[in-house]
Amino acid sequence: MLRIDCPYCGIRDEVEFRYGGESHLSRPQPEVDDVQWSDYLFNRKNTKGVFFERWCHSYGCGQWFNVARNTVTHEILKTYVMGEPKPEIKQ
Amino acid sequence: MNSQQKFRQSQGGLIDRSRPLNFTFNNQSYQGYYGDTLASALLANGVRVISRSFKFHRPRGVFSSGVEEPNALLKVDFGSGTIPLASATTLPLVDNLSAQSENCFPSVNFDLGRFLDYTRPLWPAGFYNKTFKWPSWHTYEWAFRKTAGLTRLPDDQDQTQYRQMNRHCDLLIVGMGQAGLNAAIQAADQGRDVLIVEKDVLPGGSLLFDEMEIDGQASRDWITGIFQELTDRENVQLLLSSTAVGYYDHNVITVHDCSAKYRSKNALETFWKVRADQVILATGAIEQPLIFANNDLPGIMLAGAMREYHQRYAVKCGTTVVGVANNDFGWRSMFSLKEAGIKVPLIIDSRTDVDEGLSAKADEHGIEVQLGSVPLKAKGSRCVKLLEYLTSKQDKKDVKCDAIAVSGGLNPTVHLYSQAGGKLRFDNALACFVPDHCRQNVSVVGAANGEFTGLGDCNVSTRQPAPMSKNSQWVDLLHDVTVSDIELAVQENYVSVEHMKRYTTTGMAVDQGKTSNLNALSLLASSLSKSPGEVGTTTYRPNFIPVTMGAISGNRKGELYIPTRHLSAHNWHHDRGAVFDDYGGWRRPAYYGKERDSSILKEVDLVRHAVGLFDASPLGKIEVKGPDAGKFLNRIYVNNIQSLKVGAIRYGLMLNENGIVIDDGVCVRLEEDHYLLHTTSSNAERIVSWLEEWHQCEWPHLNLVICPVTTQWAVLNVAGPGSRETLQGLEGMVDLSSMNLPHMGFQSASFKSGLPYRIQRVSFTGELSYELAIPAKAATEYFSLIMDLGEPLGIGLFGIEALLNLRIEKGFFHVGVDTDGTTNPYDLGFETIVQNQQDDFIGARSLKRSADCDQDRRQFVGLKIDGNGSGVKAGAHLVTNNKNPISEGFLTSAWQSPIVGCTIGLGTINGGLQRMGEKIFIYDDKKISTATIVDRCFYDPKGGRMHE
Repeated sequence: MLRIDCPYCGIRDEVEFRYGGESHLSRPQPEVDDVQWSDYLFNRKNTKGVFFERWCHSYGCGQWFNVARNTVTHEILKTYVMGEPKPEIKQ
Repeated sequence: MNSQQKFRQSQGGLIDRSRPLNFTFNNQSYQGYYGDTLASALLANGVRVISRSFKFHRPRGVFSSGVEEPNALLKVDFGSGTIPLASATTLPLVDNLSAQSENCFPSVNFDLGRFLDYTRPLWPAGFYNKTFKWPSWHTYEWAFRKTAGLTRLPDDQDQTQYRQMNRHCDLLIVGMGQAGLNAAIQAADQGRDVLIVEKDVLPGGSLLFDEMEIDGQASRDWITGIFQELTDRENVQLLLSSTAVGYYDHNVITVHDCSAKYRSKNALETFWKVRADQVILATGAIEQPLIFANNDLPGIMLAGAMREYHQRYAVKCGTTVVGVANNDFGWRSMFSLKEAGIKVPLIIDSRTDVDEGLSAKADEHGIEVQLGSVPLKAKGSRCVKLLEYLTSKQDKKDVKCDAIAVSGGLNPTVHLYSQAGGKLRFDNALACFVPDHCRQNVSVVGAANGEFTGLGDCNVSTRQPAPMSKNSQWVDLLHDVTVSDIELAVQENYVSVEHMKRYTTTGMAVDQGKTSNLNALSLLASSLSKSPGEVGTTTYRPNFIPVTMGAISGNRKGELYIPTRHLSAHNWHHDRGAVFDDYGGWRRPAYYGKERDSSILKEVDLVRHAVGLFDASPLGKIEVKGPDAGKFLNRIYVNNIQSLKVGAIRYGLMLNENGIVIDDGVCVRLEEDHYLLHTTSSNAERIVSWLEEWHQCEWPHLNLVICPVTTQWAVLNVAGPGSRETLQGLEGMVDLSSMNLPHMGFQSASFKSGLPYRIQRVSFTGELSYELAIPAKAATEYFSLIMDLGEPLGIGLFGIEALLNLRIEKGFFHVGVDTDGTTNPYDLGFETIVQNQQDDFIGARSLKRSADCDQDRRQFVGLKIDGNGSGVKAGAHLVTNNKNPISEGFLTSAWQSPIVGCTIGLGTINGGLQRMGEKIFIYDDKKISTATIVDRCFYDPKGGRMHE
């Protein structure tokens, strides 16, 4: 069970959170073609290594934030508020 | 001492002879002592054959003295419920315990299943992939299902209580052997918060039978002293009978605590979830067997186990025991047995060179030694009688015996380490896998780390099978896997260790290969001319040993499985005959009265012709307030929300980004920048999360707040021709005339008492209808008030079932019942609403795809069903051809409507909107009815009754 450092509440157990998949996705303009729109709807990265994802502190402050996590070791390298850009992570 | 316990020694051991315990095994009575395990008590009574093997029903006896036991799995009951496949070697004996052998018929001593053993060539590994195919697998399936498996599920009640505990600590130590206890006292001295767990009922680990001197003390005294010392320390918690079973991310370990389990009354199991800053694993090592023909006969046991039965339980495992070893640890066990008065005629060892001191000691004890010698075949029927072996000069010899002690070396217990992500490396000198490195904060000490004291030289070449009959040489005793099975796997190219495991089923049973995996992969390695290190191990997964399902679920069962929510006026409804049911996590009245169908009919009639009262409190209510609230809601809903006037209501549809309908409900504009959203009751929380996610992640610059108020307001729905008159009677109620409060209008005010209220005129039933929202605490009071006011008009209560039927008559769809994960607004007939929206909204882009606009999609329609519609159920397929049916859609709701005069339904069917008047079949598992596709609204299509 992961320990996640909520930027607002501090370190809590994984059970307090809800997972939100890949972060830093950009919602396309309505003018895009079907292929691009489909890509946004259905395609996600499946990174082996450091992955940038969203989590929501559902049973806490209710805020969404970002997490940089290594998908192989589950090490959490950084948590940062929603809206901040992708941080530089040394691999 | 009981003369029946023929193999019990009169002195010694850690058992309490002053506390005899009675038990039965296969309905025969026996006695043992407090401190025994079920296995030691059976051995003390000379019971040799205790079970039949899984596949071939071969007679088996106790093999080990610990968690690695592959044979002695028995059905046990000591008053707290039947336990199938209990490991007799770790189960403490309880008074009046009853045990039964499983997987045998009619008895363990005479089992008809043995015919499988006599026909063994027919059943190699993977036989089911190659045989029993003609005419079809199903011809034979019934026979396999009957014979397969090791046990049956118990059908009695589990009397054991279960609880769960969370624990944080600085240091978790697993194992109270010498290494673990030493680590504990060191950490305790440093003032750290220490938790130390031990799976056995006593501390000491292998010191309990492999005695030695520690700091000038006998090991027994040393254990007692250090355990007492640790018990006295405030910063140390000790748990016995507690097995660490799983190691998870970020140093979470689960511990199965059975310290209060082995009792006939008030049995309790505790499941600990421990988060430790640091973990030390002192989990010891498990002795491994050697392989030769018929090495599964009762009487053949691990040497260390025989020693433990003698030292700890004062039980002799035989009268004449032969030792088969490839290491010094095995020899020490033989010496110990000799010193106990057991005849030890011979030790055979595959090594050609052994320590001089060892040979001298064997001499002293008068034990013959054969070096460079390998075992060939054990002989006997129910019990071993003889061992054939090959001398170093290649002469075949034999020796009479009634027990064989095997010792093939030690294998560190690295399960938890591996679960933690720890990597292993093969140590050639020790011929086993040892811990190498791990990303988590865990270290391994003692035998678990390969630090074996006095093992001597034990290399892998000494672990080869005998050069003869491979299909009688057992590798995995529990799953009946032989050497020939493994060779077959290699022959058929299942050469990865993961494939070999699954093809032969080695190591896949209850014992998870604790005494078979190492031998199996060593065999695989040698047949591929590789080293075991190159072959590697299969993945270790929780749990280390079987854990009761109840321990994992704890008390989250029955009424505590899901928290149930009750209406504020629950008791009031109950007193008026409400029959409750579960609706989206709420207990709500399904109907009122004794008989279901007649009550529902009565309630429906009440609403259509008089006035009905319904508790709509769980209806989702969310307030959104701020300068950008309207802009935000325009993107959330398909409809244009910003154009709504203050005090007006609009019905809204919500989609997901894929254009699928996820919710519907009415939206009220309370003030310029203040809106009240209604959602379906079961989506109340989900939509709040939905709104928050979009606001926080996509449009954080929009200035607004979202506030769920579902449970703050109780909602009383008054519906029917008499509803206006009923409600007008409330003191302080606004003017309910159509001029002041038209259909889809809203007002808020306070009653004369000062209680604030909100009233909206919306209808789900199709009659004149009002939803009165009041603070939840006043619910009961106002339900009573309204019932009084409506009495002259014939008011009555109606429940969910009546409501759902009333709305079918109006063709109002219910999201999640009439819609599914493929329904878009076009399918529901909402083309106009979509086209009218110029701005972007969630799902808009998806609706522009050609597949979303396809006219052949399943579209929402009404159905007039022929006949009395008995047995027509929602979920039935709609088909055109009943002889060769192809599903074209589904019936989603149905009801025998008195007011319409026939059975009506709602459903979705391909291209339905173009098929009005067409006759189709309703297909429900060969029950066929006929119906006509019609407009969805069966009653008051112009809506005049709502607009009164």
